[in-house]
Amino acid sequence: MAPLTDIIPQGERVDRHRPCPRFVVTADAWQHTVSEIAAGRATLLGLWGDAAAAPTVHMAMIEDATGAMAVVSLACPDGKFPSVGALHPPAIRLERAIQSLYGFEPAAAPDLRPWLDLGFWDLRHPLGARTPAAAAQPPYPFLPVEGESLHRIPVGPVHAGIIEPGHFRFTAGGETIVRLEERLGYVHKGIESLMTGAPIARAARLAARTSGDSTVAYGIAFAHAVEAATSIDAPPRARYLRALMAELERLANHFGDIGAICNDASFSLMHAHCGILRELVLRAADGCFGHRLMMDRVVPGGVSADLRPDGAALIRDTLREIQRRFPRLVELYDNTASLQDRTAATGILQPELARQFGAPGYVGRASGRNFDARKTPGYAPYDRLEFTVPVLTAGDVDARVWIRIREVEQSMALIEQMLDRLPDGAIAIALDGTGEGGEGLGLAEGFRGDVLAWVRLDGPHVARCHLRDPSWFQWPLLEAAIEGNIVADFPLCNKSFNCSYSGHDL
Amino acid sequence: MRRTLFEGLTRRPLTEAPPSPDDAALAELAASLERAARRRLGRSLSIRQVDAGSCNGCELEIHALNNAFYDIERFGLRFVASPRHADVLLVTGPVTRNMREALERTYRATPDPKWVVAVGHCAADGGIFAGSYAVAGGVSAVVPVDLHIGGCPPSPLRLLQGLISLLEPGPASHNSLTAR
Repeated sequence: MAPLTDIIPQGERVDRHRPCPRFVVTADAWQHTVSEIAAGRATLLGLWGDAAAAPTVHMAMIEDATGAMAVVSLACPDGKFPSVGALHPPAIRLERAIQSLYGFEPAAAPDLRPWLDLGFWDLRHPLGARTPAAAAQPPYPFLPVEGESLHRIPVGPVHAGIIEPGHFRFTAGGETIVRLEERLGYVHKGIESLMTGAPIARAARLAARTSGDSTVAYGIAFAHAVEAATSIDAPPRARYLRALMAELERLANHFGDIGAICNDASFSLMHAHCGILRELVLRAADGCFGHRLMMDRVVPGGVSADLRPDGAALIRDTLREIQRRFPRLVELYDNTASLQDRTAATGILQPELARQFGAPGYVGRASGRNFDARKTPGYAPYDRLEFTVPVLTAGDVDARVWIRIREVEQSMALIEQMLDRLPDGAIAIALDGTGEGGEGLGLAEGFRGDVLAWVRLDGPHVARCHLRDPSWFQWPLLEAAIEGNIVADFPLCNKSFNCSYSGHDL
Repeated sequence: MRRTLFEGLTRRPLTEAPPSPDDAALAELAASLERAARRRLGRSLSIRQVDAGSCNGCELEIHALNNAFYDIERFGLRFVASPRHADVLLVTGPVTRNMREALERTYRATPDPKWVVAVGHCAADGGIFAGSYAVAGGVSAVVPVDLHIGGCPPSPLRLLQGLISLLEPGPASHNSLTAR
């Protein structure tokens, strides 16, 4: 196969964009690149706007097999750019967000309804021209559904449980869901706007609070981007400690998810026992790094907290306890027919859709997509550690549970290796601070999937930062996976995806 | 499954601070909460959690209150699905402009007497998100707040302590019990 840059026909390469190239292209080249992505030559990683210097849209892509990445940029001085979603549906919500946040219009787009902007802000296009909001927005037009005896069930934004807010509009025929339409944006906090002009340290704290359950992953992705932009490398010990934290985060979240999925099938025994395992991991994290979720421990340049002296022993004790308890829970899951009855063949995501959307994390891996940012493009220290990426093809709730179970096993093995090989030395190096203003792209594999961070620095400040949660490419797939299932199985399907609202809404 | 269930019957519970006189904080808190809850609310307090814009970190720790270590229900505190069943609204996050109306409506749907507990640094004043075009501010910018529990996010233990101080006000928050 030709290298990734071959699908970008012509373009001027931008200096100081690392680690992958960025090309400023013409509208024709943009269209050609989009058609290549739509044909499956590369996977869309992100699509975002930039109004800093001149109105521009950026599109990042990756070749799954090789991990080669590239960014293409198109100037849109008239505030228009050729729609990506018209050829490649995974981009539809991303370009709707660009339109709402920047005011750049995707020409000939299949869907121009606002996204994230629910009509409650004082201004329009907060990352663009920032014009005062005019009169109230018209009511949001949900997609039409036609047919006899259909009924609609509106749910949210406030849900019945300890869950983030979002709106789900179900259309059902009897018990069967014929369409789910999501409306998100309720927890939009304007993170990218707050980052603009912020010192790097403050921007890192904002990144760490984009999705609290993935705070380590966001920390790593943002650090990767800043370190690429400034051409520095975090010291080896910091790389290991980051990965150690990332695997603890993965363990804690997977235990929580496995239990919660079973709980949504009313099998509370698994929930109770998985809750114990999750708590053990969080306590170990607190004992090792001084924070249960390890927030703000990953910083650009390294890590802010070293492993406490008794940390390795604490983690080993915790792993032993997990090894004692977890296999029996797996057996319990595997041997409980009434539970399997709910999870098997429920909420099937077709592999073709997973591939098209570049479905991140367990959602993709349960539907045949063999991708893990720790392998491709890969980053230290994972390149020196042994682990496998589990892949299944059934695509149902059961498969998403099994991927998590296998990933728990892999994470435990990774943690053992890291504790054995943890290098000595510094845990951080100072950022130079007054660089000439580079740009960097960072990718990190969180428990949910790959988190993308892109920054342009202006000396010690962030000129522009874009963060793309894996949920952007998972939420739309939930709509597809739920079709034809019964309403009562929605919580089960939703939990098996466990998309982030906050990470998506930004 | 039989073995797991049987062990659950025979093994000591994992729950923190069993009610032994020489145990630490949680046992004392358990006793004090039981007295206060019985006096004021017939031993039960129903909590409705509302995420008004949180990063979801606070939700994770609120979830942990239900695990075997903290077991919040032994104090008579339980999470309910509807604001109409609630005595307490446990609100997290800076209140985003997009959630403001939903929070107001949830508050109005909660019957009196009711208390509002704002959880996390963001809920106090917007925290790191204060000043954004998309953020209305802390919870008190939208609905009256009876108690703030700080932390980013607060640990489950701190959450328990906070919920208890709502029932047993110290001198600093003496008036926080005035039901609205």
